Amino acid sequence: MSASAKLVIRRGASGEPPREETWDVPFEPGQSVLDGLRWIRAHRDPTLAIRYSCTNANSCKECMVRIGGKTVYACIVRLRAGTMKIEPLPNKALLRDLVTEIAPPDERLGG
Amino acid sequence: MALPQCLAADVLVIGSGGAGMYAAIEAARQGCSVILADRSLIGRGGATVMAQMTVAVALDEGGLDHPEHHYADTLSAGRGLCDPAIARLLCEEGPARIREMDGWGVGWARENGEFKRAFAPGHDRARCVYVDFLNTGPAVSKTLRAQLNRIPEIRRVGDLLVSALALRDGECVGATALHLSGGQPVSIAADATVLATGGLTRMYRRNSASANMMGDGYALALAAGAELIDMEFVQFFPIGHLAPRLVGMDPIMWDPFRYKLGGRLLNGRREEFIHRYGSKDDGRYVVTRDVATYAIIKEAEAGRGSPHGGAWLSFEHCSQAELRAAGGPVIDRLAANGIDLTKQAIEVAPIAHYHMGGVRVDATMATRVPGLYAAGEAVGGANGANRLSGNAITEALVFGRVAGKSAAGHARRKVSKVDASVFAKEEHRLAEGRAAPDFNPAAMVEELQSVMQDDVGPFRTQAGLERALGRLRALRAELPSVKPAAGEAYDTALADWLDLCTLTRVGECVAAAALARSESRGAHQREDFPGMDPQWAFNQALSLAGGELRIESSAVPA
Ligand SMILES: Cc1cc2nc3c(=O)[nH]c(=O)nc-3n(C[C@H](O)[C@H](O)[C@H](O)COP(=O)(O)OP(=O)(O)OC[C@H]3O[C@@H](n4cnc5c(N)ncnc54)[C@H](O)[C@@H]3O)c2cc1C
Ligand code: FES
Repeated sequence: MSASAKLVIRRGASGEPPREETWDVPFEPGQSVLDGLRWIRAHRDPTLAIRYSCTNANSCKECMVRIGGKTVYACIVRLRAGTMKIEPLPNKALLRDLVTEIAPPDERLGG
Repeated sequence: MALPQCLAADVLVIGSGGAGMYAAIEAARQGCSVILADRSLIGRGGATVMAQMTVAVALDEGGLDHPEHHYADTLSAGRGLCDPAIARLLCEEGPARIREMDGWGVGWARENGEFKRAFAPGHDRARCVYVDFLNTGPAVSKTLRAQLNRIPEIRRVGDLLVSALALRDGECVGATALHLSGGQPVSIAADATVLATGGLTRMYRRNSASANMMGDGYALALAAGAELIDMEFVQFFPIGHLAPRLVGMDPIMWDPFRYKLGGRLLNGRREEFIHRYGSKDDGRYVVTRDVATYAIIKEAEAGRGSPHGGAWLSFEHCSQAELRAAGGPVIDRLAANGIDLTKQAIEVAPIAHYHMGGVRVDATMATRVPGLYAAGEAVGGANGANRLSGNAITEALVFGRVAGKSAAGHARRKVSKVDASVFAKEEHRLAEGRAAPDFNPAAMVEELQSVMQDDVGPFRTQAGLERALGRLRALRAELPSVKPAAGEAYDTALADWLDLCTLTRVGECVAAAALARSESRGAHQREDFPGMDPQWAFNQALSLAGGELRIESSAVPA
């Protein structure tokens, strides 16, 4: 591992006051922010909620989050040394942590 | 806790890849109401949307091909273990499905109005249709999603992780799921159920899988009383991308480059090595998948691997123009990742890619559990010990349609009388448990993926398989005491815990079947039993008896 990124992540469930948590994430050049979030889950806190399916190919389009104020796919933004601020999408209903309700309305369970 | 939600339909389809979407469309065409449930978003969570390349189909235009030829190739790749009726169905119905998809506007590549057909290894002629550029899976998914959206009888529900099938008097009457976004159990009553949950390659550390390919359908079917077959046959793709980390690229991306440019496989000392394993790799892509896999693993074991434990794949001898002609836009994506293939080699290693085995069905896709059907990669039998490239998408579409039709037929004959009691046990299991996990289920998943990779991977030994079985069974026994309780929105730790239940059970199936099969055949290679043994020309069927896994040998159907 040759570098480390400081990920500042906005957490909390819908209705809770949001909080920020910060983790130092070691990485190899080229690794994605999604790799970093998965590393946090496996090595620091498994309760961090993120959503993704395809992991590599950028084909499922599920991993959308805000990084540094821009809407991006976490699986194609690279980790970099220094601080990266990661937040859930602002214009979708929050489910928990970085996961928002992104399913088309007619594909939700509702209720 | 809020009361569990109840849904109901004539037919429940679990999983919305190519197989599930086709099953839903067909069941609706037969006049049924359908619920199409997926643990992820509809049409996006599995392998179908990720497939890039080819779809094998014997189109007879101009007398160029015939399903008999495709069938012969499929049987020979399967090394004597294919179920002929199911393999025949794949080959004979393939053309109708490809044409129906064509009518729905999928956009198969054409030249002078005719389908373009590509060669793929193991086929006796150019037989594979595709959508340019490397867009087959996305186009197939999008086309089926567009069809689904037009059919009001199909209710699509995402974020439903099905965790048990519901049974009454031995018959499948629906399923119970964890609603991931809400965190609550949901019951789904159905007169017939189709399992279209895809494969299991995420059980391995090195894989081409999505996060949802943990083998859920195999565990669900087994627990409901169905049989699994050929579970020992996991197909590894020898030159999966290993390093440097690339983003936005599929790990199986190097195959088209190899076909067009050859490329050189080198060990950690930058020496050619394939010739030491009885094949050659002198700039042309002739080495077979099994030899390449074996050679790469053996060099790494001997301390001659590339830095990340694989082999180097080099195109450094090719010109920019050659690379551009072979890779097109992929060259730009590589450049965005800082890769210039004329200046550097990349590292590759074998990765788990497809599962030949699966739920045992007849040619109507019926399991031995009344009311339960299966389709797609979840099904075993069509491909025996090894799969031809391109057969998987065809299988998903064909088996999906047949399963949808059979499920609809079953639903029509039935007067359902399901009551809440059939779901109560699983709803209770999901709800009970601890408030916060005091172990890390995400770390445990990674640990078991390594166990599967190292001991139940492409090359197996008795000692390794026994070690893996010990680990899987020990962890399985501990899981109930550390279960997180359902109730929180998008509880990834609970989803991991459910994945661990599946991984320990399905991993046990693969390892136990591999341990029993004391020979090497197709994708199952035993270092302690090299070579195919004619005495082993039969399938192994797995079932549960009193909670214990039972393996029975079963003659290959005539
Ligand atoms: C990267 C890649 C490339 C490939 N390229 C090719 C190719 O070029 N040609 C070819 O023929 N084949 C290819 N294959 C294989 C082929 O894509 C698959 O075998 C095929 O798409 C499987 O279709 P399916 O519908 O059975 O399953 P999938 O498409 O995998 O869909 C299964 C669905 O079930 C859902 N699911 C799983 N468990 C549950 C649960 N418990 N509850 C609810 N939903 C659940 C998943 O979220 C997923 O959406 C490729 C595979 C991969 C991974
Ligand atoms: S994880 Fe699939 S697009 Fe990012």
